[in-house]
Amino acid sequence: MTDMPDTTLTNHPSHDVPLEVDTDDAAGYYTPGAPIKDTKAPSGPIADRWQTRKFEAKLVNPANRRKLNVIIVGTGLAGASAAATMGEAGYNVKSFCYQDSPRRAHSIAAQGGINAAKNYKEDGDSAHRLFYDTVKGGDYRSRESNVYRLAEVSVNIIDQCVAQGVPFAREYGGLLDNRSFGGVQVSRTFYARGQTGQQLLIGAYQALERQVAAGTVKTYTRHEMLELIVVDGTARGIITRDMVTGKIDTHLADVVVLASGGYGNVFYLSTNAMGCNVTAAWRAHRKGAYMANPCYTQIHPTCIPVSGAHQSKLTLMSESLRNDGRIWVPKKKADCEKDPRDIAEEDRDYFLERIYPSFGNLVPRDIASRAAKNMCDEGRGVGPEVEGVRRGVYLDFADAIQRLGRDGVEEKYDNLLDMYERITGENPYEQPMRIYPAVHYVMGGLWVDYDLQSTIPGLFVTGEANFSDHGANRLGASALMQGLADGYFVLPHTIRDYLADGPFEKISEDHPAVVEAKKSVTDRIEHFLTVNGTRSVDSYHRELGNIMWEYCGMERTETGLKKAIDLIRGLKDDFYRNVKVLGTADSLNQSLEKAGRVADFFELGELMCIDALNRRESCGGHFRGESQTEDGEALRHDDQFAYVAAWEYAGETPVLHKEELIYTAIEMKQRSYK
Amino acid sequence: MKLTLKIWRQPDASTAGKMHTYDVDDVSADMSFLEMLDVLNEQLNARGEEPIAFDSDCREGICGMCGLMINGEAHGPVTTTTCQLHMRSFVDGETITIEPWRSDAFPVLKDLVVDRGSFDRIIQAGGYISVNTGSAPEAHSVPVPRDNAVRAFNVATCIGCGACVAACPNGSASLFMGAKITHLGELPQGQPERDSRVTNMVAQHDHEGFGGCTNIGACSAACPKEIPLDVISQLNKDLRTAIKHGH
Repeated sequence: MTDMPDTTLTNHPSHDVPLEVDTDDAAGYYTPGAPIKDTKAPSGPIADRWQTRKFEAKLVNPANRRKLNVIIVGTGLAGASAAATMGEAGYNVKSFCYQDSPRRAHSIAAQGGINAAKNYKEDGDSAHRLFYDTVKGGDYRSRESNVYRLAEVSVNIIDQCVAQGVPFAREYGGLLDNRSFGGVQVSRTFYARGQTGQQLLIGAYQALERQVAAGTVKTYTRHEMLELIVVDGTARGIITRDMVTGKIDTHLADVVVLASGGYGNVFYLSTNAMGCNVTAAWRAHRKGAYMANPCYTQIHPTCIPVSGAHQSKLTLMSESLRNDGRIWVPKKKADCEKDPRDIAEEDRDYFLERIYPSFGNLVPRDIASRAAKNMCDEGRGVGPEVEGVRRGVYLDFADAIQRLGRDGVEEKYDNLLDMYERITGENPYEQPMRIYPAVHYVMGGLWVDYDLQSTIPGLFVTGEANFSDHGANRLGASALMQGLADGYFVLPHTIRDYLADGPFEKISEDHPAVVEAKKSVTDRIEHFLTVNGTRSVDSYHRELGNIMWEYCGMERTETGLKKAIDLIRGLKDDFYRNVKVLGTADSLNQSLEKAGRVADFFELGELMCIDALNRRESCGGHFRGESQTEDGEALRHDDQFAYVAAWEYAGETPVLHKEELIYTAIEMKQRSYK
Repeated sequence: MKLTLKIWRQPDASTAGKMHTYDVDDVSADMSFLEMLDVLNEQLNARGEEPIAFDSDCREGICGMCGLMINGEAHGPVTTTTCQLHMRSFVDGETITIEPWRSDAFPVLKDLVVDRGSFDRIIQAGGYISVNTGSAPEAHSVPVPRDNAVRAFNVATCIGCGACVAACPNGSASLFMGAKITHLGELPQGQPERDSRVTNMVAQHDHEGFGGCTNIGACSAACPKEIPLDVISQLNKDLRTAIKHGH
């Protein structure tokens, strides 16, 4: 077939499947559990709830604080800010990270900016509007009270960061500059060129190191949390491995905070750092912390495509490129191998402009991503063949160069175009860039209540590791806002209500729960080192990633998800019997580190598929082929799925607890971008 | 392409290391340098040899975790981080020498992995502005002239990778320190602690065993973020001023 498919809309293979609203796709894969009735949010007007909670949360006498031990796992925005703030307040803090320095956590890679309802542009912004945009952007699957609080404290974050010396972009008068971002109609994004995450993280890192010097915080770098210690139902510490010496240590405390980031690396290829993993969160999940909405994944449309089977990670380019670049693929499959400059204008399919005439290339992330995938699935992708398929679409600046001149394009996009050239070796001023969607962020995470406390008392979860604020889709420039809101301004208040009842009874390292936790860690390590099979950890991880991307990626279907669950279970069994991990337990051993992480990714991947299978609706980053409008848009089912799916660990058949989402301040609506 | 790699291998901090030679085939020009090492490690693992340990995390040039001496140059022949260096910068049949960062203040932990904890301790000594959470004034209460904000940003882009130290014949961390001194010194918020910051950071730097600066400029030439050499002039200027003020 050489002609362009005769469609005015994209092909959706499963579009003809009739929607049956009362099916339980995941029947047999889970057990129904009791609903979650109380999220601990205060009642009353939404704008007053946070003030009420702060007032009602018990206080801890300053003299008692140094007797209270706090463990914080992770040093990204959510972890470093919490450790610094808790240290300043006088608590005794231990801060852990797997990197060689707290400054390297992956928050550092965020490019775009951070939202705050400062209304410096006098363009009608307010906490209420930021709240509204975030709930709507999340496709009405987030919890109202939490999101309102996020919007409310956003303004404090900017004040704090400026005082720390974060070099935000400024106007000539010396005041802070803002830009608009991600389809909202106000300018509320503060930024430091394309390196906002780096600058915010360095600010939090410096605040953290200041507390190290003050003696309130002790940092443990190159340490990985491998187990949570739960004593009499409450979180009392963690088991860690020193990644240099291999030493397994017990750290006991009055409270444990997980700020361990997201789990996008379950897909193997993602824009996450190589070391990002789910182990800390998953170990907590296995000990009783519910995992909420694990299938909500954000896939970003403008990443640099895979260049070969060797690919280790994907690089994101700011989606601002879509403001001036035009996205297309050849109309004819035969043209896919050609130099794009030799393809005549009439043989090009500007598919976003064709399908979405009013938004064109600027449709939301999920829609742009899915359309690109559909083109490649049809066989009209471009770039090198990887495992038999070309996975790329053109992003063309030729028109923009004509319109703005090369200088004009350089001024706006030079750093991005340079990055592209460095990675691909192709000059984007001379030939179209190639882009493809990549996993970028996960909205799902450990379930927390209004206090950011998990279902295990004494275990708090902040930042991307929790699920609380973004619903089914996160807006641009909101991840940095949430990480810092949690760490600087929310957790330090809510955690004191818990700590006010401490210090808790001292736990001995001989306590059976501690001994058991430590033994499970050493047993697991021992197992990986003695399997002595034939396949490397990376090869399993890559295969798991392929399964997840194929069946639990941009479009999910009942048959695909069921197949994925089978494939994952088979691969997991093989992994435990046939993985090959060399080296020793008591030395720096990167294969061993990866083995533990991949083992947890298997179990997480299964749960993500079960969650996706259960949610027979499309919302935000979760698109079910069976739930779309006639013209291929995502279709929510508020009557059946307006809830948070909180999963309790129970081996292969998890228990589903539903937290109903009740909107009192906002009315639920269906999105449209036609 | 086919390559011959000479790589430093060292079992741990207390055991002597040496160079080992490996051949690696099937290297594509589109691979990053670290992906080429991933390929080698898969081959080593398959034939029962322990993979080579090296650091990397974000693999997009911003976290500062990676860093290798490649043919004697920190981060190799291109002005970028090791993770952003691609194999098209090399030719078929080439022999490439790969070593860890060279500095007494960055002891080798294993193979190509070094301990850069000394950088964190320099920051602990004063690389911050003392402001507790919640006590910050309104962000617009102190305007910052745009030129100062731009210079502060330009030097704040330091990723703390340590290439400056690895490249310096004296093993000095003056560029790293100068970048922080200049970043915070350009801003009004950084003024109250300006004198104590520079004296404490320099004292810690010397205590860690980093060498002194003799204005060679290899640091700035190797810096993947192109931190300019004049931050060291700023560092020296601030230090003189602080001493004059009695610090």
